[in-house]
Amino acid sequence: MQKLIYTISSLLLLSGIATAQETIYPAKQQKGLLFITNGTVHVGNGTVIENATVKINNGKIEEVGTNIAVPADDVRVFNVKGKHVYPGLILPASSLGLVEITGVRSTTDVNEIGDVNPSIRSIAAYNADSKITNTLRSNGILLAHTAPQGSLVGGQSSVVQLDAWNEEDAAYAADMGVQLYMPSLLSRQGGRIGALLAQFGFGAQGDPTKDALDKIEAVKQFFREAKTYIGTDVKTPNLKFEATRALFAKKQKLFIHCSQVKQMLLAIDFVKEFGFDVVVIGASESYQIADLLKANNIGVILSQMHDLPTLDDDDVDQPYKTAAALQKAGVLFCINDDDPQNRGRNLAFNAGTAAAYGLTKEEALSAITLNTAKVLGIDNMTGSIEKGKDANIVVSEGDILDMKSSVVLHAFIQGRKIELSDKHKQLFERYKYKYGIK
Amino acid sequence: MRKIKLLFSCLLFASMLQAQETFPVNGIADKRDGCFAFTNATIVKDAQTTITNATLVIREGKILAVGAGIAIPKDATVIDCKDKFIYPSFIDIYTDYGIPQPQRAQGPGLTNPQDFFRAQQSQSLASTQKGAYGWNAALKADVDAVRIFTVDEARAKPYRETGFGTVLTHQKDGMVRGTGAVVSLANEKENLVIIKEKASANYSFSKGTSTQSYPSSMMGNIALLRQTYLDAAWYKSNPAAAKEEGINLTLKNFNDNQALPQIFDAQDRGTDLWNVMRADRIGDEAGVQYIIKATGKEYQRIKDVAATKAPLIVNVNFPQAQDVEDPNDARLVSLADMKAWELAPTNPASIEKAGIPFCLTAADLRDPKTFLTNLRKAIEYGLTEKAAMDALTKNPATWLGVYDKVGSIDAGKMANFVITTAPIFSDRSTILQNWIQGEKYAVREDAWYSVAGTYNLVVNSNAGTQTYTLDVKSNSQANIIGKDTVAARFSFDGKAIKIGYATGQRRRTLPAGMGGGFAGGAGGFGAASAPVTLPANATRLTGFSNGNTWNGTGVDSTGYAVTWSASLISLTTAKIDSAKSKPIPKTGGSFYPFTAFGNSDSTVPKQETVLFKNATVWTSEKAGKIEGGDVLVKNGKIVKVGKGLSDASARVIDATGKHLTAGLIDEHSHIASASTNEGGQSVTSEVRIQDNLDPDDINIYRQLSGGVTTSHILHGSANTIGGQTQLIKLRWGVNDEELKFKGADPFIKFALGENVKRSSSTQGNTRFPDTRMGVEQVLIDAFNRAKAYDAARKAAGGIAVRKDLELEALAEIMNKKRFITCHSYVASEILTTMRVAEKFGFRINTFTHILEGYKVADRMKEHGAAASTFSDWWAYKNEVQDAIPYNATIMTKVGLNVAINSDDAEMARRLNQEAAKSVKYGGLSEEEALRMVTINPAKMLHVDDKVGSIKEGKDADLVLWSDNPLSIYAKSLYTMVDGIIYFDREKDAAMRKQVKTERTRLIGKMVGEKRGGAPVSPFSPSYKYISTCLDHGHKLGMLEIDLEDLELNHANH
Repeated sequence: MQKLIYTISSLLLLSGIATAQETIYPAKQQKGLLFITNGTVHVGNGTVIENATVKINNGKIEEVGTNIAVPADDVRVFNVKGKHVYPGLILPASSLGLVEITGVRSTTDVNEIGDVNPSIRSIAAYNADSKITNTLRSNGILLAHTAPQGSLVGGQSSVVQLDAWNEEDAAYAADMGVQLYMPSLLSRQGGRIGALLAQFGFGAQGDPTKDALDKIEAVKQFFREAKTYIGTDVKTPNLKFEATRALFAKKQKLFIHCSQVKQMLLAIDFVKEFGFDVVVIGASESYQIADLLKANNIGVILSQMHDLPTLDDDDVDQPYKTAAALQKAGVLFCINDDDPQNRGRNLAFNAGTAAAYGLTKEEALSAITLNTAKVLGIDNMTGSIEKGKDANIVVSEGDILDMKSSVVLHAFIQGRKIELSDKHKQLFERYKYKYGIK
Repeated sequence: MRKIKLLFSCLLFASMLQAQETFPVNGIADKRDGCFAFTNATIVKDAQTTITNATLVIREGKILAVGAGIAIPKDATVIDCKDKFIYPSFIDIYTDYGIPQPQRAQGPGLTNPQDFFRAQQSQSLASTQKGAYGWNAALKADVDAVRIFTVDEARAKPYRETGFGTVLTHQKDGMVRGTGAVVSLANEKENLVIIKEKASANYSFSKGTSTQSYPSSMMGNIALLRQTYLDAAWYKSNPAAAKEEGINLTLKNFNDNQALPQIFDAQDRGTDLWNVMRADRIGDEAGVQYIIKATGKEYQRIKDVAATKAPLIVNVNFPQAQDVEDPNDARLVSLADMKAWELAPTNPASIEKAGIPFCLTAADLRDPKTFLTNLRKAIEYGLTEKAAMDALTKNPATWLGVYDKVGSIDAGKMANFVITTAPIFSDRSTILQNWIQGEKYAVREDAWYSVAGTYNLVVNSNAGTQTYTLDVKSNSQANIIGKDTVAARFSFDGKAIKIGYATGQRRRTLPAGMGGGFAGGAGGFGAASAPVTLPANATRLTGFSNGNTWNGTGVDSTGYAVTWSASLISLTTAKIDSAKSKPIPKTGGSFYPFTAFGNSDSTVPKQETVLFKNATVWTSEKAGKIEGGDVLVKNGKIVKVGKGLSDASARVIDATGKHLTAGLIDEHSHIASASTNEGGQSVTSEVRIQDNLDPDDINIYRQLSGGVTTSHILHGSANTIGGQTQLIKLRWGVNDEELKFKGADPFIKFALGENVKRSSSTQGNTRFPDTRMGVEQVLIDAFNRAKAYDAARKAAGGIAVRKDLELEALAEIMNKKRFITCHSYVASEILTTMRVAEKFGFRINTFTHILEGYKVADRMKEHGAAASTFSDWWAYKNEVQDAIPYNATIMTKVGLNVAINSDDAEMARRLNQEAAKSVKYGGLSEEEALRMVTINPAKMLHVDDKVGSIKEGKDADLVLWSDNPLSIYAKSLYTMVDGIIYFDREKDAAMRKQVKTERTRLIGKMVGEKRGGAPVSPFSPSYKYISTCLDHGHKLGMLEIDLEDLELNHANH
């Protein structure tokens, strides 16, 4: 039976009816010189250079400016006059390649059993052929941070580039982070269930704050033991302890998922006691303690841009303007799109919203490019259109932050010009054909 | 063991005054006629009549005579009530006193979380009640409280000690709860305490112990009650009914109970204020005026509550201040919750002022003994004592038809009265005794006599005699005056006296003037200070009062035995402070809706004449975009569109550089409703969103800030034929009725695919259908039944054919009076459903979601369906694998009327941007894109004659944008509905400040309460229970709870 299905689907493929993305090929390594000329280059660090040229050599940006000569010999030149050139956008927190269809359990590889799973690695399950990927590229997202979920320590995450044959090719910064999911300190027994119970008159049982603090203490105890373990000669390796070496060596960052002020205050513990590089994810309330986050060098991934305010009393545009508050306080932050229904492709528009509510457009751009790279610890490789960095570049018809003009024309990953087709465009073509639409 | 108990209770009964005729006595007959005379009292006969220096005579449990200077019968035992007050015992009209805890069919009652979930998981489609009863187990019309009532002394005592003598009791279980009985709180055999066997018929919105899946929502609750009235009427008056239905005891009892007072508990399951109005509307339709058990929040919308004309049952369960000292905790408590804390004690006063007849109840208090304390608070906040007295005596007695027996102190009535030390609503008052049916129940005997005064204390020991002056402040406080004045440890319980003191060492003494009077001892309502601590070698005396002299023994500081006596020098005369009218405590003002960003009476926006000058006007009409255009708004309508307009009476808004569009219309929304899904059955066309609108939802305001003016509030997608939808205008601050879009065609929600076959349920599915094949059959079957029904109704007329709300709605569809918006995703189900509709001669008006609409757009066009879709959602479940963001563009190009909807309270704030994505995906023009959220949905909803474009004569529903409305940078500066500016960005900025100021004030007040020593409850985050369509995951905020998501996952297995 299985064989039969296989045969039928092969036939479908052969007859060319399939609308999947099998014919969208990863690009070959870029060699030699490549120029993107006459564009408005948004560097990613706040600078905009009109009529600029980007010189790329063997996948790296060699030069950016207005006085760059394009040799007459056989080089690839993309004249993008009137268009906008941006660093490739980076999705700072996602389950890309781990979750295909949210509602179908068998298509998800994201949440492992167990509370403390530091050795779990997202890259091990990363599906480079996910159909989601190409829809992100179509909107300018060229890199993504993909992370396991969990109840406390979810495991290690990686940054992937979105034009790859397989997980190994995709790995851009493998195992660069560890995910910690902070338990809630609010009096809600068992999450939603507790709240429902409360409505039926069953009060919270136990002290949720204490429960949460106990759990956090258990995680800290784990790291204390791990530290001891690392400092001694190990006879029998402990996988979980082993997995923390990079974190202690500051080769990894600790990404702490939390939004409540008290959770974020507790996150500081991981800086103070263990000296970890800490980033908070979610962080809807971060604007309330922006100065403390800055003082402790804690980076922020704002996951709640297109979201409702926490409380009825909050300013109606609170999540929209949270980014501006962090910017003003000098916090290193970036913007995410974790909407479960559009699967991340509206990243640029989340930044656009932040721009409508207090950020400058270039600051908003940084929040999805250079600052993201900094938060993820990959700014030495990417995040801006600057000399020496990978040529991860997007060319857009107009302002990439505004959906009315955001049409991605070209995209380059490590200098490789990638195909911008996706399943959606293919289905669009298929039905344009059916209805004779031009 | 059981035998012993029985014997014990027999002994008890033998001592009772009123032995029962038919019951043998074990022992010697002791029949007394219980004749007492209470003399020299201030008797409050009823709220109107107070007689001073009066006498009350009772005999055989009844009042014989009451008045000043009446003769005292020779056989009467006289009780001198000098300085005492006598009131009729209170009546509580809302209790389940003596009624056993209702049990679930499959196990114990709902007493712990485990039971709750077990119960949720064991729901069944059919009723599990055996016998000749009706179809739904939430209808318990057959339950008569009088048959299951037993005297429960443990529960009676706290009620009596609070002043209650009589209660109405009923079984608090189900939506139709049968009848209630009036019983006294005497500790007698049941036979003797029942005052009225059937005194009320009770109802609620809670299905209680029913394990049946239907109803599972507020809408379903309302529909079930409405249908039950119809069924009962049919059963009663249609001779054919008995043949078709047989004997239906539920309907029979329901009908029998209609003559009784009808009491509806609107509070059950949450404290949603609108439940009062919802309940009243059910009554209005059935020709019943319910007495409604109020929610405690009536002050928030007192005009609407008064308009129901419903008499109310009002509790005094005021929330405690929360512990918000930690600013991080305070941050999560909403202004509305804090404000509700502040204003809750004004609720009874507010109800009184509105002229609403009401009773007071101790219901909902964790401890009924706190009733008087809370009631006094209500009085402090403006409730008059007279109204309070009526609400506890005459009103409940009259409503229940027992005023001839209880409710006042009048000859011939039952001897139910309380004796107090002071006017009963005063802080200083202590209830001494509560007499019920002529039997005394002591409450605080010790407080009958005040011992406050000065005494000569003589202590005789080996060392000789020592004399002190004992200055007794109250029954729990005294000073000993010898060489020095020291505070003594003192107590008097009505008989026994304890004194402890240590002379020779200066101790804190009691300030002069403290205590004394009628104040009770520790535990009373008087000012009680902390007990005096004594050293180990203190002198300790105990003894008894023998009237004006006290005698006893003790030990002195050296450990030697002593004897002592004290004789009265003089009593402190109690100062009866004249009822000093304390000023009503200051509170902040109220606002509409009762939440942040609500308006006060002075800031409620009004309809204006407005002239928008020099805007880029996006008409969404043939006229297209008018640069430098003017639009004049008058009387809620667009009166002129053009250039160079002027109007002297108009407020001119300079719109230079700004963009004016019609208000946005959201075809698919779930805001502003108390419930969204009735998933109890596959066909629920009888339920209506209009029955449970929630005009207080902050999302109304938030969406106005995003330019939305009209929203189509849909039933969810839990079942194939869902509920009737409601089109609303986002008039922030109005009531639920005024929210409705008047004159709009009625619609209904259908749903297909994964949701209705419950593919994602963690529990599996047992409800038909489980496949798309089954969905088709559900539709065909429903319309077949509706067709037959419609024909029968038309042929027979009147009540001959039972009116069926479910089939009625389906018949309306076939008669083209109601229109369908159908949740759908994949091509197969879209085509199949269109063919079913065609078979029955109607069309699917709108397919909503319709993410594969692009695959069958040509067929949809032939059928005549419109499409309302998301811009770019996909991959959240299996049936949206092929969803593409080009969908809207393709369908538009094929010629369908296409709208972009939200289905999400957050996204609805950016509906214009969602439409703009079709410029990006597929290249629609900007004007075409804007039409997808203005005129196109208006057409789909059949309201394009009123809204959806900027055209003379249409409603003035307009948005002035800061930028091109298709741009992400565009913000609404003004959002206008019917010529009223409901959102004004400048005013919003001012309101933000007000919200912060008011929050700061209330947090300060709560913290002050805590620091002042008042009990506070732990802080409770203001969670928001949101209802969604259940179709897809929703990003939930920190305080958001998707209730239905959970309920449905547990329903029906």
